[in-house]
Amino acid sequence: MAETVQQRIIRNGQTMPAKVVPAEKVEPRRLKTEEMILNVGPQHPSTHGVLRLEVVLDGEMVVDCVPHLGYLHRCFEKHAEAMTYPQVIPYVDRMDYLAAMNSDHGYALAVERMLGVEVPRKVEFIRVLFAELQRIASHLVAVGTYGLDVGAFTPFLYCFRDREYILEMFEKTCGARLLYNYIWVGGLSHDIHPDVFGMCKKFIKDNRATHKQVNDLLTFNKIFVERTANIGVLRPDVAINGGASGPMLRGSGVKWDLRRDDPYSIYPELDFEVAVGTGKFGQVGDCFDRHWVRMLEWEQSLNILEQLLEKWPHEDKTDVQSAVPKRIKPVAGEIYSRTENPRGELGFYIVSKDGINPYRCKVRSPAFVNLSLLPVISRGYLVADLIAILGSVDIVLGEVDR
Amino acid sequence: MESGNVLITGIETLFNWARLSSLWQMGFGLACCAIEMMAASASHFDMMRFGVIPRPSPRQSDIMIISGTVTLKMASRVKILYEQMPDPKYIISMGSCSNCGGPYWEHGYHVLKGVDRVIPVDVYVPGCPPRPEALLEGLMKLQEKVRTQSLSRA
Amino acid sequence: MSMDQQAIQTRLQTAFGDQIGEWHEMKTSAYATKYGSYLDVKNVDYLRDICLFLRDEADLKFDNLMLLSTVDNGDKTLSATYHMESTTHRHVFALKVTVSVDHARVPSVTGVWTSANWHEREGWDMMGIEFVGHPDLRRILLDEDYPGHPLRKDFKVPDFYHGMKVPY
Repeated sequence: MAETVQQRIIRNGQTMPAKVVPAEKVEPRRLKTEEMILNVGPQHPSTHGVLRLEVVLDGEMVVDCVPHLGYLHRCFEKHAEAMTYPQVIPYVDRMDYLAAMNSDHGYALAVERMLGVEVPRKVEFIRVLFAELQRIASHLVAVGTYGLDVGAFTPFLYCFRDREYILEMFEKTCGARLLYNYIWVGGLSHDIHPDVFGMCKKFIKDNRATHKQVNDLLTFNKIFVERTANIGVLRPDVAINGGASGPMLRGSGVKWDLRRDDPYSIYPELDFEVAVGTGKFGQVGDCFDRHWVRMLEWEQSLNILEQLLEKWPHEDKTDVQSAVPKRIKPVAGEIYSRTENPRGELGFYIVSKDGINPYRCKVRSPAFVNLSLLPVISRGYLVADLIAILGSVDIVLGEVDR
Repeated sequence: MESGNVLITGIETLFNWARLSSLWQMGFGLACCAIEMMAASASHFDMMRFGVIPRPSPRQSDIMIISGTVTLKMASRVKILYEQMPDPKYIISMGSCSNCGGPYWEHGYHVLKGVDRVIPVDVYVPGCPPRPEALLEGLMKLQEKVRTQSLSRA
Repeated sequence: MSMDQQAIQTRLQTAFGDQIGEWHEMKTSAYATKYGSYLDVKNVDYLRDICLFLRDEADLKFDNLMLLSTVDNGDKTLSATYHMESTTHRHVFALKVTVSVDHARVPSVTGVWTSANWHEREGWDMMGIEFVGHPDLRRILLDEDYPGHPLRKDFKVPDFYHGMKVPY
């Protein structure tokens, strides 16, 4: 700091000539400030749906951030109590609408585990193929909209173009683009269309090129790195205690993936790596790490697809509906069943009292629990960073509010 | 069009053509239908060639596409947003949930059974979710409506 | 090291004795036995101590609360179920407490696992169980003035809410 300061005084609207005074004698004007409460949403271009954030600001710095939910509460749990077990599946689709295949898979597995039903090997292959395709589709939306949040428009268009190829494969098989009702308890609704194998091979080749393109355009872009590195740091112990899962947990360096640590279906036979954040451009657990984990998972899913196509049992002509029970009536009891969604650990807690409807079906939605950590990781950052942090949590409001 | 008003027929045609060619949309995606709306704006289906540009604010937009379930908590906000839009404004109700409550009609204690219980709707697009092509057809129906609109009653 | 659920139950029995109730097992598949069995907690007041014990003991180390859910049992009782796991030892466990509808009060475990914060708010919102000691117990999904707790079996859908007709 300078030892002398030139002091300019304005008197009667005229600036007087400057006087040179010692620095200690200058007193800064005392400003009176107070905190401002800013309301973000529920209608906002980048809250990923109808989420309302009440942000308490000190200037531009976030002091606290209170999420308000419930703007999309569609009473899933009440509907589940009124429908029969197979009739619940379309409602499960509509909860996490970006990962409908994975959600269906989770629910069907839950009921099958309660019944003790084993599905044929061919059905397992088809389920995992579509689950991994859906994982890629979900990450495409996550990465594309994250780029939109941060200010990059082009990756969004490339990601949605590739997503259309995946949706074409789904549409050929079961007729629907977004919400399928495809994975049933004990089997599937339709057999896989023979064209899908050729489409999948072509898709894997094209998508690897898109993956590289998105990395070049977005991930290693200096602007993106500066906007996401060292922002929204989540410590691993806070993450585990707070119940985080999926890329949010793996971005903080914790190697926990349910496909590896609590395996189901044919994942034990597949060879893939679990991606964790390593603090590539900043601290471990920042927004960049979570984005980087998603990019790596996308690549690993492509590897899994290749392995599936190699190992496919083409000569297996079992009917995909051969193991579907005629009457789904589990014995009285309960179960908590979980699978790995693109967002994290999706759990179904189903209580059955020996009836054809679930007595209680509670959903442990990963986005809900990950969102509860948003106030913790956004304190002390700027308002623009808050949007980047929210994008990196990757929420889907249908799942948060159920 | 109103017959007998020969003086302004030419101007009506011009104004209506201008309005229907640049219906600016307020980005209001609520639930699953929002993803199909985003897909309709993306490169495969390209809603922008109809002149539909997404605008973040209701004050700068002509149409609002209600895509997704309107819950009781959200209904008052939808109404506030509708009232903030300047005239002439049009509403497209996209999807089963905003048409009539959708799959949640029977046991939804927090679902508004159709957005037309709070705001007036011009075009209903059925589907769960409607394909992007269906949304584009709904948009074209709205353009038909605007084309036959009369200035004297605007 | 991963412990068997019977062994965990024995540890709790030696530490807490009478406060623990019976063990319920689900037998339809291996997965169902591991994830569908639970331990009843007889004395609700000891719930927080049991959870702290489960979290802090070196060989148990349940550091992650997977799910806290609430059930309406239909016979004028409400239950809260706690599913927890240990990421270090790779074992899982479940507890259940049951309270009557008239005195639906359960101690809060927000101090043990921070993920319980929002789960308990949802339990209050949907089922009406009051979690005593919760730092901020208010409704999370519905509006503050919504009449009733929807997931109770005797819930009646209101006819009008803020001037809007609710039934179809």
